[in-house]
Amino acid sequence: MPKIKYIEHNGKEHEVEVPEGYSVMEGAVKNLIPGIDADCGGACACATCHVFVDAAFAAKIPPKTDMEETMLDFAPEIQPNSRLSCQIKVTKELDGLIVRMPHSQH
Amino acid sequence: MNIAVKALEKDARDAAYALPLDKINVAQGILFQTDTMWPYFERLRREDPVHYCADSEFGPYWSITKYNDIMAVDTNHQVFSSDFSLGGITIGGGAANQEPLPMFIAMDPPRHDIQRKVVTPVVSPANLQYLGPIIRERAGKILDSLPIGETFDWVDKVSIELTTMTLATLFDFPFEERRKLTYWSDVVTAVPGHGLIDTLEQKMAVLHEYHAYFTGLWNERVNATEVKGDLISMLAHNPATRNMEPREYFGNVVLLTVGGNDTTRNTITGSVLALNQNPDQYKKLRENPDLIASMVSETIRWQTPLAHMRRTATEDIEFQGKTIRKGDKVVMWYVSGNRDETVIERPNDYIVDRENPRRHISFGFGIHRCVGNRLAELQLQIIWEEIFKRFPVIEQVGEPQRVYSTFVKGYERLDVVIPKRL
Ligand code: FES
Repeated sequence: MPKIKYIEHNGKEHEVEVPEGYSVMEGAVKNLIPGIDADCGGACACATCHVFVDAAFAAKIPPKTDMEETMLDFAPEIQPNSRLSCQIKVTKELDGLIVRMPHSQH
Repeated sequence: MNIAVKALEKDARDAAYALPLDKINVAQGILFQTDTMWPYFERLRREDPVHYCADSEFGPYWSITKYNDIMAVDTNHQVFSSDFSLGGITIGGGAANQEPLPMFIAMDPPRHDIQRKVVTPVVSPANLQYLGPIIRERAGKILDSLPIGETFDWVDKVSIELTTMTLATLFDFPFEERRKLTYWSDVVTAVPGHGLIDTLEQKMAVLHEYHAYFTGLWNERVNATEVKGDLISMLAHNPATRNMEPREYFGNVVLLTVGGNDTTRNTITGSVLALNQNPDQYKKLRENPDLIASMVSETIRWQTPLAHMRRTATEDIEFQGKTIRKGDKVVMWYVSGNRDETVIERPNDYIVDRENPRRHISFGFGIHRCVGNRLAELQLQIIWEEIFKRFPVIEQVGEPQRVYSTFVKGYERLDVVIPKRL
């Protein structure tokens, strides 16, 4: 199973195995990792699952849809590597993925 | 709950199930004022979740009552428009006598996105960190001034006071005059003939005074050499908004006033009421104040301070087996979505340690999702932390007085007694 490392804003690291087909958001929520609220349950409609994706993996993740762009547009602390973690599907290629969490979810 | 309330509930249930389905009209202020709308929504969710009402005081409209259907409408802003020119975001908008104001919540992209972004910094994480201690100090002062062993109105003394202070700070509004904000906000959403104002003319006169006051503030800020961080300065100095029509500026002021006022105020009141109606939950919370954050989300769900949002179809669309026509009014009943038993477990129960308390639809979803959600949560969190430092219990006295509105779901008055301090 692909391993994903979630790093909280305070630097606390959580490395977990997430089954393929899950979203990166689900990987966090199902493992009770704090820092991802996911209020809309993965519908790309709240932007409270915002993460920063490690540069090494940026190219391995499919590009954002228009809706994801729009929702991210309203979130604070946006950076070029910002993504909504509910929109990233876990695949074999993402084994070793590192995502960092923003200060808080809005 | 007293016997009269129980009887009313039973009557409402009988009435709701006796009507032919097509005669059900949930958009009646009286149902919300008497808190008897629940069985109507329950029946619609079960028997006709996408329901057409051909005849109401607001004209024909569709009711969307299930959580996932509301989400589908809310996230499809191409087909379900918020635009003020089509009627805007409330069921009443577009009727002959109420021309909706331009404001960013009542716009579609791209205009919506540009204007919304102008004001979002006010609720950024950094600004919330700055506001937190200010809100805490005020909450402490408000609570310390409350009478002990005497009946008083919680709405007036606490809920209104705290939220209006916060709003005055966001606008950098003259602090001593802050109750004007409360009054104007109430007038905006008031239905003439139901308490606050008698006629539409009277309402328009108050809105005129409100507009004039904020025009004064605009002029003051737009000419200031030093740009401050308040909402009016943000609007007056951002290139995207500084040349707005006066009517559009006023529309945005109205949006920010109502959005910052009614919702948090009614949820604060709702929290006292819900905990009193559920003493076991109150006890659980007292014994474990770490549950405050989850209680706050649960109260926002349980209260649903804005009962609905409205959209207008921009094209014909098949939706859950029904044909919604271009131009039709589509009402998303958040109040019902939050009680959808197929998505939320035991939705009618108030559970302060619910497993997934953030799963509610009160803030809406998609591009119009409430911009002030974290500030609302912060105020509720702080007031309860400060309450627990002072009072073992706040006791509800009698029944609350509710608002006559299909939009603002809230309270005019809630009498309480605080028997003693800690
Ligand atoms: S969970 Fe809501 S956008 Fe990802």
